[in-house]
Amino acid sequence: MAEEIYQLSATEISSRLAAGKLTSRAVVEALISRYHQLNKKIGAFTSLDEKDVLAQADASDARRKAGKVLSPLDGIPVAIKENIAVKGQPLTCSSKMLANLISPYDAHVVEALKSAGAIIYGRLNMDEFAMGSSTENSAIQKTFNPWDLTRIPGGSSGGSAASLASGLVPLALGSDTGGSIRQPASHCGIVGMKPTYGLVSRFGLVAFASSLDQIGPMARTVADCELLLNVLASPDARDMTCFDSTQRNQLPVASEKSLRIGVPKGVLGKGVGAEVAAATQAAIDFYKSKGATIIEVDLPSSDLAVPTYYVVATAEASSNLARYDGVRYGHRSANAKTPIEMMTNSRSEGFGPEVKRRILLGTFVLSAGYADAYYVRALRARSKIRAEHLAALEKVDMILSPTVPTPAFKVGEKVSDPLQLYLEDIFTIPANLAGLPALSVPCGKSGHLPVGFHLVGAPLSESKLFAAAQLFESAHSFANQQPTL
Amino acid sequence: MSDAWEIVIGLEVHVQLHTRAKVFASASWGFGKEPNEQVDPVVLGLPGTLPVVNREAVEKAILFGLVVDAEIPEQCAWDRKNYFYPDNPKNYQLTQKDFPVTMGGKVEIELPGAARNIMGEHKWIRIHHAHLEEDVGKLSHSGSGSLVDYNRAGVPLLEIVTEPDLRSAAEASAFLNALVVKLTQAGVADCDMEKGQLRCDANVSVRRVGDTQLGTRTETKNLNSISGVRDCIIYESKRQIAQIEAGNKITQETRGWNAEMSRGYVLRDKEDAHDYRYFPDPDIPTLKISRETVNRLKKHVPEAPFDRQRRYIEKLNLPYTAASVLIADKALADWFETAVAAHPTNAAGIANWAANDLLRELSAQSGTEVGSDETPAVKISLDSCLIKPAQLAGLVKLTDEGVISKQQAKEVFTEMFSTGKDALAIVEAKGLRQNSDTGELEKIVAEVIADPAVAKSIAEYRAGNEKAINALKGPIMKRTQGKANPVMIDQLLRKLLG
Repeated sequence: MAEEIYQLSATEISSRLAAGKLTSRAVVEALISRYHQLNKKIGAFTSLDEKDVLAQADASDARRKAGKVLSPLDGIPVAIKENIAVKGQPLTCSSKMLANLISPYDAHVVEALKSAGAIIYGRLNMDEFAMGSSTENSAIQKTFNPWDLTRIPGGSSGGSAASLASGLVPLALGSDTGGSIRQPASHCGIVGMKPTYGLVSRFGLVAFASSLDQIGPMARTVADCELLLNVLASPDARDMTCFDSTQRNQLPVASEKSLRIGVPKGVLGKGVGAEVAAATQAAIDFYKSKGATIIEVDLPSSDLAVPTYYVVATAEASSNLARYDGVRYGHRSANAKTPIEMMTNSRSEGFGPEVKRRILLGTFVLSAGYADAYYVRALRARSKIRAEHLAALEKVDMILSPTVPTPAFKVGEKVSDPLQLYLEDIFTIPANLAGLPALSVPCGKSGHLPVGFHLVGAPLSESKLFAAAQLFESAHSFANQQPTL
Repeated sequence: MSDAWEIVIGLEVHVQLHTRAKVFASASWGFGKEPNEQVDPVVLGLPGTLPVVNREAVEKAILFGLVVDAEIPEQCAWDRKNYFYPDNPKNYQLTQKDFPVTMGGKVEIELPGAARNIMGEHKWIRIHHAHLEEDVGKLSHSGSGSLVDYNRAGVPLLEIVTEPDLRSAAEASAFLNALVVKLTQAGVADCDMEKGQLRCDANVSVRRVGDTQLGTRTETKNLNSISGVRDCIIYESKRQIAQIEAGNKITQETRGWNAEMSRGYVLRDKEDAHDYRYFPDPDIPTLKISRETVNRLKKHVPEAPFDRQRRYIEKLNLPYTAASVLIADKALADWFETAVAAHPTNAAGIANWAANDLLRELSAQSGTEVGSDETPAVKISLDSCLIKPAQLAGLVKLTDEGVISKQQAKEVFTEMFSTGKDALAIVEAKGLRQNSDTGELEKIVAEVIADPAVAKSIAEYRAGNEKAINALKGPIMKRTQGKANPVMIDQLLRKLLG
């Protein structure tokens, strides 16, 4: 039984706060002390304003004393990825380009968390502008996997996953464009969900690829993850792609039948590590033992997912990141004589190599003479992938696969091989292309390294996915796991 | 080979729509603010901000479409036009490349007539489409560096693209004048060119009369006055004709216009053309345009100015000049019609007052010049006009009924304009009423006839000299201190003299 405060789940903290057995201040003090002990080693947090979080904790305790508790999250710390706007705090996206930017406004999700009384707790490292799968592309610092400090935590929400796995915080926000929540969740042995596209407002999330980006919850248990999502998911008129209240009430029809789980043909074959395959197979067998029907599903266009993603995502990114030019904010080159030279030099100096690579690729695929061959074809492939997934999800409730083919690799191992790195996202990308909800749940170890399995559901079927994940978690010992540090 | 040349012109007119907020942000906009006062995180393109389509701007664009008989599609969508420039906060502009808000349409124009009071030829100019986009900021260069003001960034801009239907600088001017009248009358835009609310790109090519192929065109950007468009077309068509006649080819190029020098210059040729890397904006879902919205907006479409002109001339018997003056200003024309409703028998009389005396006084009051080239819709305000339509109708009625003379009416009008009093009240107060009391007047007329001093004139009249009767009118007027109604005097004289 977990006794240290840093080991408690958010749900447990919430009930202890409600029972008067714990104060928010005590929670925050314990986490600050843990932060001092571990953050240098893990590199999860980029900043933590101790005075501010203690003041928020005292305010929450005062509310509780006055009987004015705002929500089950009142007084519970939630850490925020570096690409989500918090008023008065840095919004660096772990880039030199935005090193000095202080956000003048709150993201919708931050407003929602504040209204729920949650403590906006510290900022989390990431790959620069969320481009990467290892958090090695951060211009601020490296982040290490708490289960093995010689390995990467995954990315781009590597700081979020590592902070949870090392007990630095009970809840964290990530963002997911091609797997950036689920892949690090799998590598760090935690739970992470990418919601249905449109469920959570993107207002205040620094755009990487607008048609794919979603903010999502990350936690050490399925229940915590769901608790956090319920606060994040609300209508917001400032994001036109965010569902209004009518749209979000069009929930999928509950199935009368027992759980039907689809497993893509050959999903545990080529490229999947033996122990990852075994852990995933064990999860399939578990569901079967619980009465689920396992159905093989055919998703023939899955092979197109990675190339499609790298065309669509980079095309949008090349345009989204055009605004960083040193004119209004962010890094401005000191070596320029004309406005155009200033813009060019600022960008050359401010962006890291992976960001530049993707901007160049995206600019190319949209160029006259090439757009039809790349961008337009990618859009067609995307429609096909979405259609195939929606068709499969008529026959099954969810599709199960590994989250990542292999466990966390060594720091520096794949730095020089971007194509190999892009394959990290082979199982997670289709959910982004199709706009579907998906989550990663810990399901075992590959050696000493955690691995997770992946569930994708129909639009707005988040609660179904959480229920299935809960069923698995309750029967196993991976919930709230933390390595000894 | 013919020496006669035909000029072919198509215009792209950029109009700032009349809205409270910017097109994708809630920041307000307007003229005369300090630099960068009218910005917010969305306008500045701060990281994490997203565009939200301003419904008011979309409705104004749809209203424009209805005003020019365009097709309003079931849906429209926005694309990103990518290019780097410091006045462009996101380094892409949101515009509509493939699914514009209105398709097609046409605008009726009138060319200058042979004389000021003669109607010119009417012609229809087809509109290809109009799309809704965002304006950019303004970059200015000083000795110490460059400064950028984003107040204008994100202002809703409707780009109206014509077919190549215009054939002369005069037609282009007439088109822009007609367009401005339509846009302002429907409340779509204010079109104040001095504030940059209407800018124009002119595509010009020339060909020999009879040729069916279009010549190579050039595009001159950013013309900010109607006279600039006219001068540029004259300059550019002459330049092209001279080039061809000298045996040279026209290069397809983008040009600028120096208004002070009245000269065009090359900005960039085809090889340097931008690759804008257009793609659908992922932040703005395709916008459905409901037929309910379209039908609701149809009710706000004013009568077309030239339909009104025809109605005034044909149904109300107005002279061409008065009709043309009235239709240029919807408020004035509406005002005029309210007055006519109060006194329907003399619309021309009311029009004469409204189009001349009233307009002159109002213009003098507001300090604008009537009908100058750059302000085809005369900038006058009827809100502050003290005379109400029914009151002007009352004045015309008093004149028509012979209660006051035309000369007296001028005096009454001046008083009405400065005080807002009823015509009748002024007539009574000033004692201007012409005497129409038959009994009293008949007594005076009889007394004058009895006066031996006029006996000679009476004899001459009776002998058949019609004009001799006039000699009797002077003494009658004198005895009535000028208040007698001349028409009644005449009638009474003839009656009493048998």
